[in-house]
Amino acid sequence: MISRRVDCLGHAAGFGTRAGLAAVLIGVALLLVATRPTTAGAGQGRATVHVAQADPLPAGAPQVQPAAAPQQRAEPHVAAAATLWQRFVRAITLRDYHTRVVLLGTLVLGMTSGVVGTFMLLRKRALIGDVVGHAALPGVCLAFLLQQIWQPGAERSLPALIGGAWLAALAGAGCTVALRRWTRIRDDAAQAVVLSVFFGAGVVLLSIVQRIPTGSAAGLQNWIYGQAGLMLASDVQLITAAAILCLVICGLLFKEFALLAFDEKFAASQGWPVLLLDLLLMGLVVMVAVIGLQAVGLLLVVALLILPPAAARFWTDHLLRMTLLAGAIGGITAFFGVLPSAMLARWATGPSIVLVGGVVFGFSLLFGTQRGLLPRYWLQREVRRKVGRADLLRAMYELIEPGLPDDAPQVTSLAGVPVRRELLVQKRSWKARRVAGLIADAQRRGLIATGPADQVSLTTAGAEEAFRAARQHRLWELFLMQAADVGLTQVDRSADRIEHFLEPDEIDELERRLARQYPELARPEPAMPHSPHALPEKQP
Amino acid sequence: MIGEALRLLSDWSTLDTWIVLIAALAAMACALPGVYLLLRRQSMLGDALSHTVLPGIVLAFVISQTLRSAGWLDSRSLHAAQHAILFGGALVSGLLTALLTQWVQRRGRVESSAALGVVYTTLFALGLLLLRLLADNVHIDPDCVLFGAVENIVISPPQRVSVAWFTATVLALNLLLVLLFYKELRISTFDPALATSLGIPARWMQLGLVAVTSATLVTAFEIVGSILVVAMLIVPAATARQCTDRLGTMIAMSLAVAAASAVLGHAAALTIPALIFQPLGFDEVRDANTAGMMALAAGVLFLLAALLSPRYGWISRAVHQMRLSVRIAAEDLLGRLYRQEEEHPRPQEPVEAIDRLGQPPIIRWLAAQGLKRKGYLRRANGKWQLTERGHQAAVRVVRAHRLWESYLAAHQQELPDDQLHYSAHRAEHFIDPKLQAELAKELKRPAHDPHGRDIPGENGNS
Repeated sequence: MISRRVDCLGHAAGFGTRAGLAAVLIGVALLLVATRPTTAGAGQGRATVHVAQADPLPAGAPQVQPAAAPQQRAEPHVAAAATLWQRFVRAITLRDYHTRVVLLGTLVLGMTSGVVGTFMLLRKRALIGDVVGHAALPGVCLAFLLQQIWQPGAERSLPALIGGAWLAALAGAGCTVALRRWTRIRDDAAQAVVLSVFFGAGVVLLSIVQRIPTGSAAGLQNWIYGQAGLMLASDVQLITAAAILCLVICGLLFKEFALLAFDEKFAASQGWPVLLLDLLLMGLVVMVAVIGLQAVGLLLVVALLILPPAAARFWTDHLLRMTLLAGAIGGITAFFGVLPSAMLARWATGPSIVLVGGVVFGFSLLFGTQRGLLPRYWLQREVRRKVGRADLLRAMYELIEPGLPDDAPQVTSLAGVPVRRELLVQKRSWKARRVAGLIADAQRRGLIATGPADQVSLTTAGAEEAFRAARQHRLWELFLMQAADVGLTQVDRSADRIEHFLEPDEIDELERRLARQYPELARPEPAMPHSPHALPEKQP
Repeated sequence: MIGEALRLLSDWSTLDTWIVLIAALAAMACALPGVYLLLRRQSMLGDALSHTVLPGIVLAFVISQTLRSAGWLDSRSLHAAQHAILFGGALVSGLLTALLTQWVQRRGRVESSAALGVVYTTLFALGLLLLRLLADNVHIDPDCVLFGAVENIVISPPQRVSVAWFTATVLALNLLLVLLFYKELRISTFDPALATSLGIPARWMQLGLVAVTSATLVTAFEIVGSILVVAMLIVPAATARQCTDRLGTMIAMSLAVAAASAVLGHAAALTIPALIFQPLGFDEVRDANTAGMMALAAGVLFLLAALLSPRYGWISRAVHQMRLSVRIAAEDLLGRLYRQEEEHPRPQEPVEAIDRLGQPPIIRWLAAQGLKRKGYLRRANGKWQLTERGHQAAVRVVRAHRLWESYLAAHQQELPDDQLHYSAHRAEHFIDPKLQAELAKELKRPAHDPHGRDIPGENGNS
């Protein structure tokens, strides 16, 4: 059993590695194509295309104006006086270089976070992403402040900020583990404490950053809410490089991470370095969270790690498929979440990415083929109907049987015998409406025909079904009495639950076992055994 | 440094007092539901609620603004109605969060923390987007919502008085609810199954807690900001948890910690940034965000509690363990010396203690120093020797050891004789004279242990 499991995992790992590498190669190719400035994009594009400044904080801090910024902002451009539809077409066809850069960046980010988030979700540590996101703020601010102390008045350097964010987020994750290990508070409280205290430190440092002259122009606020539109091509390259690293690690260690996610103790007993793997996975989460800060903002970066895998979970039970699907959903979510910011000036990318993710999750929750609510509901309804139909037909049979002339009833003698509706209603203490519904359903299927004066009768097909249902019921009753010593008064009810789910070979088995005691079953054609208990409703 | 800090604090004005007063009231109001969230292991629900009050707040602002522009409310009644609408919005979004999470978790079979994460991030994103799109129309500043604006509130005298009264009312209401439902809350927190069997509706208690938390959060959000409010919710309770096991004490302590973090936070906001950054050449930095500093101060208090709490702190536990191992090392040393003296009776040369006792050298050294200070040991010719008092102490240890060996031999038939020593070696430190007397009585005052050695007498005369 165990070795089979490992084999499965090994097989999956091989495929996962290949799939991961393929994704990486596609990513590199896309990056090369998209970030090479084309003539229409970087050349004269800047002069001719009107920029609708995506103002992320209308009432808040002063913002960087693109004209004032020394570097060119990779901002989704909006053609002047274009209609919403034209802007949409322009954005979706990736006609602008900057749109292309930003969309590619978020696409890669979404894919990576979906893949990494899958393992965290299965490891039941989904909310660690929230801690990590919030904990990054002091790191960003501190990195900026240190840079300003080092070289006053310098332009913000992205690698420094990302490095700071990474260290602080890692420290936050470490603190969570340490608090859980060495204090009396539980996992949830440790997360809340670390999250809020680190964020508090971040707010303090941010207020200090805003008080120094170069600080308000640094746009650190965008790291809180996220503003994908302000990403530079170099930012996207950094994001893509980090994302590729994450994907490669996930692909190479797919088997190990899967084992860790499903059965940590088994992994430890097999000699895997569980602590190291755990730390590595945490490092990946931190990396995804940090590169996601710019696009989604630190308040919401956790959503990128939770929503895609949680949505993918509804569609499949297979880990590799779930991981790939989560990556795909993440990519799509990020792509369509950012798209509106290329069209609407006041749009905030972070929240809109998360909202798209929420919609995808809601859709999956309802329609997911594996665990979705509606498919499950339909399945249950089908089973309920099938059971109800069998119950109705058996009730018909049991009402007809006493009036039959011979001792061993045949299928052929059942069809056409009229039964009054109210007898059926009494028979199983059903409600009249339910009986009517069941009769209508059976009639649609050609099992029952209605006659005059509120009478119903079995058709030939219905007679066969009824005979089978009653026979299964009685066989199971007899078996229970013989093999399980179930009392005569209990046997009807116990059989009622299981009779609908007996397979043909199980029926054969029952016949074989019961043949010695009940010789009437040994006839060549299917024969009906007598009911072991008196049927209470024998009166006409 | 301290003088500089005091100089900065000497500018303390009425405004600062008001800031501290309002912040402390808000923090204390939050700490009360926080205690129960922490004990129910639902701290992250508190975090989620603090995020999801945002869409409620934004919608409430939109509604009240619409009402005013429609002319149904003049500006005076708007002020009164605003609080009611805000509370309504927060209650709706808070309960929606809790119920939606439950629904996703049960019906969608999603793991609980993931369900929470899905629901609150989506609702929060909705709130942020609304805030961004509607900010101009409804006059709310996203920064104030997220980071708090207690500094702005206190500027106008009527506003600060009304905010202080309002926050105090919420605090009083929370206290009243805690006192009224003290027993029910306690039972349903620690043992939901027992609560249900006693007829306490645990589900309604939970929803009630969510409602109270949301209402408190919406009161506090404009003071400490909608994210930092988590710090006021959970950190004081976590700090108190480090120090006590009693619910009543924990509530009182978390209130005290909340108030202290408000005072310390504002004082730190006024001093620390200037002290650190002005020497670095940033003269513009005079103060920092008070709400952030409050969270940080609460974090520092938590850390102090985690380190220094008398029973559960890291340091006190480390000291306790160290004392224990020094005592064990000392007793081992006494026993070792006693046995050597036993093997080489008195008149011979003083014997040397073999120092392979299994403890680290520093512990051994401390143990020897402690024994010397008590006058149990003396050093002769560079070797340790028991004094008369030391001999008596050693007799107690060895007596415990040998009595326990005898007892084990009598009662644990399956334990081979050569295994007795290890068990007794560990148990000897925890057998006090009373237990020794009982053991001796039960074993009918044995003279020898299973290895045939003498069991020294109670008076120390072997």
